[in-house]
Amino acid sequence: MAGLMAGFGRYTHAIVRGTPESLAKGALRSSQAEVDVTIAQREHDAYVHVLRTTLGLEILELPADETLPDCVFVEDAAVVCGDTALITRPGAESRRGETEAMKGALKELNLNVVEMTDESATLEGGDVLFTGREFFVGLSKRTNQRGAEILADAFKDYAVSTVPVSEGLHLKSFCSMGGPGLIIIGSSEPAQKALKIMQQMSDHRYDKLTVPDDLAANCIYMNLPNKGHVLLHCTSEEFPESVKVFEKLKDHMLIPVSNMEKRKVDGALTCCSVLINKKANN
Amino acid sequence: MTTEAGSETEVKENAEEKSAVQLDQSEKTTEGTQEVAATEGEERQTEKEKEKEGKGITRYLPTWFKKQKSQSQTSPTKEVPPTEEPTIKVSQEEAHIPEVNGHAEEVEEKEAVGPQQQQVKEKESHSNASADTEPAGEGKVESAQKSLEGTEETTKEGAKEEKKKEEVEKEGGQGQTFIFQSPLRLVRKNKMKLVVCHVTLLDGSDFTCEVEKRAKGLFLFFKVCEHLNLLEKDYFGLTYKDHHEQKCWLDSTKEIKRQIRSNNWQFAFNVKFYPPDPSLLSEDITRYLLCLQLREDVASGRLPCSFVTHALLGSYTLQAELGDYEPDQPRPLDYISQLTFAPNQSKEMEEKILELHKSHKGMTPAQADCQFLENAKKLSMYGVDLHHAKDCEGVDIMLGVCANGLLVYKDRLRINRFAWPKILKISYKRNNFYIKIRPGETEQFESTVGFKLQNHRSAKRLWKVCVENHSFFRLNAAEQPTKARFLTLGSKFRYSGRTQNQTRLASTLIDRPAPAFERTSSKRISRSLDGAPMISITDTSREAENGREPHLELHSDSKVKEADLSPGSVEATPAQSPVRVRGDNIYDHDKTQEEVLKHQASVSELKRSFMEAPPPSPPQLNLWEKRLTSSPAMATRVQQQTVVPETEASAAAAANGDAKEPAKTTEVEIEETVVVQEISKAPKAAEELQTQEVKDRDGAGLQKKHESVSSESESDEEAEYHPNVSVSISHTQIPEEKEEEEAEEEQGKKEKLTAASSPVEPEQAAAAVEEEEKQSSKEEEKKEVSTEEPMMTPDEASNGITSREEAASVAAEEEELPKVNGETSVVEARPQVICCSEPPVVKTEMVTISDTFAAQKTEIATKEVPIVHTETKTITYEAAQLDGSGDGEPGVLMTAQTITSESLCTTTTTHITKTLKGGLSETRIEKRIVITGDCDIDHDQALAQAIKEAKEQHPDMSVTRVVVHKETELAEEDD
Repeated sequence: MAGLMAGFGRYTHAIVRGTPESLAKGALRSSQAEVDVTIAQREHDAYVHVLRTTLGLEILELPADETLPDCVFVEDAAVVCGDTALITRPGAESRRGETEAMKGALKELNLNVVEMTDESATLEGGDVLFTGREFFVGLSKRTNQRGAEILADAFKDYAVSTVPVSEGLHLKSFCSMGGPGLIIIGSSEPAQKALKIMQQMSDHRYDKLTVPDDLAANCIYMNLPNKGHVLLHCTSEEFPESVKVFEKLKDHMLIPVSNMEKRKVDGALTCCSVLINKKANN
Repeated sequence: MTTEAGSETEVKENAEEKSAVQLDQSEKTTEGTQEVAATEGEERQTEKEKEKEGKGITRYLPTWFKKQKSQSQTSPTKEVPPTEEPTIKVSQEEAHIPEVNGHAEEVEEKEAVGPQQQQVKEKESHSNASADTEPAGEGKVESAQKSLEGTEETTKEGAKEEKKKEEVEKEGGQGQTFIFQSPLRLVRKNKMKLVVCHVTLLDGSDFTCEVEKRAKGLFLFFKVCEHLNLLEKDYFGLTYKDHHEQKCWLDSTKEIKRQIRSNNWQFAFNVKFYPPDPSLLSEDITRYLLCLQLREDVASGRLPCSFVTHALLGSYTLQAELGDYEPDQPRPLDYISQLTFAPNQSKEMEEKILELHKSHKGMTPAQADCQFLENAKKLSMYGVDLHHAKDCEGVDIMLGVCANGLLVYKDRLRINRFAWPKILKISYKRNNFYIKIRPGETEQFESTVGFKLQNHRSAKRLWKVCVENHSFFRLNAAEQPTKARFLTLGSKFRYSGRTQNQTRLASTLIDRPAPAFERTSSKRISRSLDGAPMISITDTSREAENGREPHLELHSDSKVKEADLSPGSVEATPAQSPVRVRGDNIYDHDKTQEEVLKHQASVSELKRSFMEAPPPSPPQLNLWEKRLTSSPAMATRVQQQTVVPETEASAAAAANGDAKEPAKTTEVEIEETVVVQEISKAPKAAEELQTQEVKDRDGAGLQKKHESVSSESESDEEAEYHPNVSVSISHTQIPEEKEEEEAEEEQGKKEKLTAASSPVEPEQAAAAVEEEEKQSSKEEEKKEVSTEEPMMTPDEASNGITSREEAASVAAEEEELPKVNGETSVVEARPQVICCSEPPVVKTEMVTISDTFAAQKTEIATKEVPIVHTETKTITYEAAQLDGSGDGEPGVLMTAQTITSESLCTTTTTHITKTLKGGLSETRIEKRIVITGDCDIDHDQALAQAIKEAKEQHPDMSVTRVVVHKETELAEEDD
């Protein structure tokens, strides 16, 4: 049994979900972009491959559901921390169905599953930034105060602070963790403003790594045995300037992962998996 | 200087001892070969000196050594027949005072020993009376701790330190003597009323003890700590329930009776400041008590945690209480379901707890406690004291006060956070609670955030908690531990105890074998289980603790670190020139009027904030004041009080006084400093405030004035307490009358009190000491700094004020300067003088009453004097106007505080600047101390004292200016 906040970034399992054909037409998006599902699927396979083969995580892959075009973005359906998993209530109605399969998977992993039953609450995992010490919840179009409250109730050990997200889809659309105490943040004004708020709200000190492109700030950090700090980030084809910044992280094992197609439907790297640490819990 | 207080208490001691001795003659030691001379006090002094010389090391020895030593010392005293008491009293005092004036240093050192002796004596009399039932006396423990502390510093500082601590504890000590006085004395004095206090301890048990009815909070607290064998007591406190069932912290500096309601002497012992890192605590017993508190916090839901954490914490509790999991333990599940681990404890949780308990096999109770704390401290609500409030829109929120600052919660969500460095000012008014926020990088102006609390009481309570938490956790940033001490000591109402840094430092010096303590389980288990595991557990725990677990060593590591951050690091910085005289170049510096005004603005801001958030419960002798009280100047005064009944200034004179200009000003200049602007700080403040009031015609100021007027009669009443009450009692009386009053009322009253009833003392003298202290990491920088200094010096403020508001009076002074210089000798010859009173906090101007002839002093002195005893104002953390490299740490903080005791008024302005220059961090502390007294101050003494105190707080400081300023004025009314 590990104590609180032991081993930030340590994961053993990942839940992913297949990319449905309906993604091309049905997935929600803030732009008008055309999506090539085949490319998206190929990207996704590469992503899963990295998690499974390169990083050695145990992958639990849920089948795609054509009725849920956004179902590949599993992150929004659940928030897992320690051995508690909160099943969310996505702000986008078309996505509410995604949580069913997720719930099943999490239960299968013997996690403490908490459900968000309050009809007035909305929360999507993309708005939840866990820093290892505390949660920041973006109050966005998809996540409201009530949803944040329920999250705070589910993870009582941690401080849960709210951060208004005025631009971008989710809080994590412009930031993510790059290591213990390291926040990767986009350089746009809203992103910087959000970071300021987070810093003010926190009892802990965070370093920041500012990248030129907001979208490039969404990375996946892991701390794995035998591998140390691992950072999955965008490729230099997508954001060459930002990648230069990542390359300054000398201690990290840097793994560029392409996410070009899914980004067109506002999918970021973190969106495509729910990471779980099972070994630490019993 | 503690001479006065020292001698007075000693006298008391003597009396007590005498009575004690009468009761128990067999206690007399045979060592008392020295006959009691007529001047017993002198003899005692000599003895102390002897001890000093011969046993300078005593200080460093555990007190039990000292105790023996001082027992022999006190024995002569015991032989004095009680009938001689009155004579002795006087002669003792007389014996002391000349010495004080003569050899300041010596006396100081003696004093350092004195109180300790005294305490030991108290202890002794205590045991005499109570038939030696108490194994470890508080006095012993205390002074042991203190003497250990002393070793860290130079001899003098050590002595000083001790002395201070002694002062702190004197209250407690005195109380103790009250309690443990011999029955004889009780009968004789016929005024000791004992009450029984019930204190609920953290393990749920009840501790009952008797205290004298007038005992202060500290006394009871010490009794409890003594009972618990707790040394690291600064994290703890006593609570009581007020009328509204609200939990309040018992103010240790105030009488218990005045705080509790309806004569309900029921208290609870609780953790007051949750140490952010419990592993830094020195003793297992402290951690154990903290665990007990946290178990309760967790079980009650006050400290929310997740299922897993509940289970984990519960399992550590089991391990600590029961030891290793025993499979054949009789029905463990039944047992643990009798224990409460969580608000809604399920069978599932209990099973989980048991399961985890198994995994802790081999862990000692102390280790289990450590693990418990390591997990508990990470909980987001650890150490957060929540208060219900509403935001400006009337939305229900919670305000959480913690080590780092103020947190704002809506439901369970943190919606804002104000770190202490971001907060410039904390105040409350009626049921509103305000914090003024330092402007952010991009903002230009400070903003004030207001919250509504349920009522005035809760606003005040929240304010107090904020002040105390800030003081405890923040005021000793590791880089400047000394400043913390200074502030804490000075700014009483506030927080009177040690700050975290201080207490950590003290903890590192604890050197006693780990005390044995009984865990609650022992009791519980014997009840609910068949007893089997109990005994063996306690045994193992003992062994483990003595055997130095790995975790213990970790602690000592951290201790060392701690210590390094403290005074040691300060000493490491290059020594500054001890005394620098900068004479009249004050005005020569290149600073614009704008800067001056800016600075002044911040000073007036300070003042304003005093008014906005005055101490809810005023005037108690705090540590700082205690020291003041015991200064020779005070000694003189008090002596006057005892010998000759105090006089009262004619109220009319006082009332008219503000119209008067000082008739004569005498300045004693030390170190060739020419001071132009120097009039005592206090009047300045007063004037400034007044000006403000006049300026704000928005009613607030006027309203305050009205209030002050309306409270006039009341204050007059209070004044009546005085004349016939002996000094020591009156200390406590007046302030407490005011305890519950509205802040403004208090303010007003104060004002009136001082104005209307300005204690007319025959002589008035003001001693102003200005010090500038710097700690910088490089010598070269210092030069640079010193050129800047003037810009930061509080002088500026004075200058600004002078130019704006006091031009006239300064001009007058300037004219007088030559005269002044010529008259130095006159000053020493005690010129005919004055009287003046001016608590700087007060909104009215300085009241000055003049008296032409010294001969009349005595006559005046026979009238009644209503005296405002003590007043403390502080609190404002103001941004320093940083130049250039402004984006540094927000460690800039400025304070000003004023303490008014019955005859002395001390105003201290501290300006702390932290800058980053060329990668070097430099911390500069500028402090200006103005001591104003309405009696004859022994300048040398007061100065020596002030410098000494400041030096001790900041070893590297350099004194840039010392100004003694004496005002002589004439009062026609008194003719």
